[in-house]
Amino acid sequence: MPINPKKTDMSKQAPEARVKNFNEVALGYNEAEALKEAARCLQCKKPFCIEGCPVNVNIPAFIKLVGEKKYDEAAKKIKETNSLPAVCGRVCPQEEQCELKCIVGKKNEPVGIGRLERFVADAEMKAGNIEKNAVKLPEKKLAKVVIAGSGPAGLTCAGDLAMLGYDVTIYESLHATGGVLRYGIPQFRLPKEILDIEVDYLRKLGVKIIVNVLVGKTIPVAELFKQGYAAVFIGAGAGLPSFLGVPGENLAGVYSANEYLTRINLMQAYKFPETDTPVRIGGRVAVVGAGNVAMDAARCSLRLGAKEVYIVYRRSEEEMPARKEEIENAVEEGVKLHLLTAPVEVLGDEKTGRVTGLKVIKCSLGEPDASGRRRPVIIPGSEYVMELDTVVSAIGQSPNPLIPQSMPELKTGKWGNIVTNEETGETSVPGVYAGGDIATGAATVIAAMGAGKKAAASMDKYIKAKLGIG
Amino acid sequence: MFKILKKRDVSPSVKLIEIEAPLVANSAKSGQFVVLRLKDGGERIPLTIADKDKKKGTLTIVFQVVGKTTQELSVYKAGDSIKDLLGPLGKATDFGGAKNIVCVAGGVGIAEIYPEVKELQEEGKKVTTIIGARNKSLLFFEEELKAVSSALHITTDDGSSGRKGFVSDVLKDLLTSDKSIDLVVAVGPVIMMKVVSELTKNFNVRTIVSLNPIMLDATGMCGACRVTVGGKTLFGCVDGPSFDGHQVDFGGLMKRLNQFKDEEKNSAEIYKLKCAECR
Ligand SMILES: Cc1cc2nc3c(=O)[nH]c(=O)nc-3n(C[C@H](O)[C@H](O)[C@H](O)COP(=O)(O)OP(=O)(O)OC[C@H]3O[C@@H](n4cnc5c(N)ncnc54)[C@H](O)[C@@H]3O)c2cc1C
Repeated sequence: MPINPKKTDMSKQAPEARVKNFNEVALGYNEAEALKEAARCLQCKKPFCIEGCPVNVNIPAFIKLVGEKKYDEAAKKIKETNSLPAVCGRVCPQEEQCELKCIVGKKNEPVGIGRLERFVADAEMKAGNIEKNAVKLPEKKLAKVVIAGSGPAGLTCAGDLAMLGYDVTIYESLHATGGVLRYGIPQFRLPKEILDIEVDYLRKLGVKIIVNVLVGKTIPVAELFKQGYAAVFIGAGAGLPSFLGVPGENLAGVYSANEYLTRINLMQAYKFPETDTPVRIGGRVAVVGAGNVAMDAARCSLRLGAKEVYIVYRRSEEEMPARKEEIENAVEEGVKLHLLTAPVEVLGDEKTGRVTGLKVIKCSLGEPDASGRRRPVIIPGSEYVMELDTVVSAIGQSPNPLIPQSMPELKTGKWGNIVTNEETGETSVPGVYAGGDIATGAATVIAAMGAGKKAAASMDKYIKAKLGIG
Repeated sequence: MFKILKKRDVSPSVKLIEIEAPLVANSAKSGQFVVLRLKDGGERIPLTIADKDKKKGTLTIVFQVVGKTTQELSVYKAGDSIKDLLGPLGKATDFGGAKNIVCVAGGVGIAEIYPEVKELQEEGKKVTTIIGARNKSLLFFEEELKAVSSALHITTDDGSSGRKGFVSDVLKDLLTSDKSIDLVVAVGPVIMMKVVSELTKNFNVRTIVSLNPIMLDATGMCGACRVTVGGKTLFGCVDGPSFDGHQVDFGGLMKRLNQFKDEEKNSAEIYKLKCAECR
């Protein structure tokens, strides 16, 4: 039977309906769709897709189990290397990773690996089998370890160390777990109930999670070693947002995407005044930047009642760093793209100090720059003013500065990132490991998870060598 | 959960609570603050650590009742618990080896300056303290501050206690008569810190102000607390809360502080109405 050239479609909420709610946009496969898609997998002898996955999920094996309707077995197979499949199935850029390497994808559309992963994870949840499927762990622990931060890097490192037999404590500085998965990525892309279930899975593996502790301030890292912890992993994530570097960036009504999304997602400002944290959206919003973060900010604005929402980006559509799927979703929902357009100045009302507009200038694309992308070149005299109530700056962040500030002996790089050995997560301080956005700068969920995984393996080696076992 | 062990009214609108938070008490230094959230759905608000007791594992927080959350907190009693508390945050104040210091405080800043005065006095520095309020009923901590200062000056706008006038009037006299003053620390309403900084600039005396921008996570993630200092964008929670008063753009800070004024008022009004209902 010839292979179906197209990925099996996944149904979505219609754009007109979804801009009025925060419910999940993509609805996931049903069983028939999953079976149809699983049948497209060639079960390659030498599967390239696994190489494309930063946590090396055994993709053909789990898809084979889906084809055999052994969904619990498929879930267990994924969880051998990935403890957050429901998250990854939703937010990973599969098109640049596993699906990019898929052989089917050479001539046709690749196998919908992400969609199948989500199907498997959701099926296990719906069946209520997560607890039953959880691996049984030895009572006696090898040693105590601390993980700073409960984002994807920290959660993955914690899960792996728990499975290796360690007594694991996660300290999280916010009042809630998940890092960006909680405060950044909105409900309509990643329902928090799903995240809660995956975090809870780690608790079932024996991981202790303590919120409201900022490692480096509430407890210095050196103190942790004094308390008998054998190693520490730092997964503190991205920190201070970059601002536009144009006049007016500190006017009231200019938010970083982190602030904007934290107000909306973590603090649930969309329920204000039922909740206590406000956010002011206004009728016209411009989001500067074109990554996933920018798309999320733009799409939240629409859902919170903004009439006009613009993406302002100085390069062209081709260079937009967001996932294609999310750009399409945003445009379908009514977000307007002002491409090849750069901000020049945020305009404000003298008296109130509030935003009234954004002066922008048109650009064309010149020679490629250091990043390999074509450099935007401004077109003199092409300025114009966009009338606005709110400007959101979504042009990136630098790594969180607080732990490096508290440990002068910890080596940091040019951007304030913690310098690590990429293969092992080792830092300049023995026993201290790091990974995720704190080491690389803002990247992806799965890259952070990959780093957490590698660090867990080398922490295990380090501790066993110290204890003289293994 | 963080338990309140003690609660007292310092003045009609200023309350003091002692909270059990051993880890924070153990690491806190003067000038640092905590962020707290009373309950689910609550907002995160920053409050300065006014005192700590390492042995007892407690923090003292003194707050002014202004918005919804501080109103709500003002009815908490000993035995009640706060859901979330994170700290100590921000950098400890760097006095840079100053020897003859004037500490100036207004409003709730009177509580916030206490740990700094105490620390300086313990280090054997000469500390003169000036506190001010609109009238006598709004003053507090006079005895506590007197005990740790070389001299304490009091001003009220209406002359009901101490000298009639502003803290800056006393400061100006001190700066004129004592040329060895090498540092001024000011904590209080933005307008007061602005006036003090303008004054000390004329006398060329280094000045530290403790800023209170709007904060959200307060852990160096969101950038809400940015302030312009010396033309550069800095962050209250990471670089502050203390900054060089001669470099701060106070006008910009005031505008950013007003960002959610309508919403805050609305939220506080609704809370008051609800409280009236349940009484
Ligand atoms: C809006 C938005 C949308 C995104 N969309 C996608 C997407 O679709 N797909 C994708 O792959 N990636 C996406 N990303 C990127 C991705 O979320 C991040 O790369 C990833 O979360 C990084 O994981 P992390 O574990 O390193 O850090 P984080 O997720 O940032 O977690 C760090 C955690 O550590 C805590 N912490 C910080 N300092 C301390 C300390 N000293 N002590 C204790 N705890 C501390 C923080 O509070 C936080 O909870 C998005 C990012 C954003 C902001």
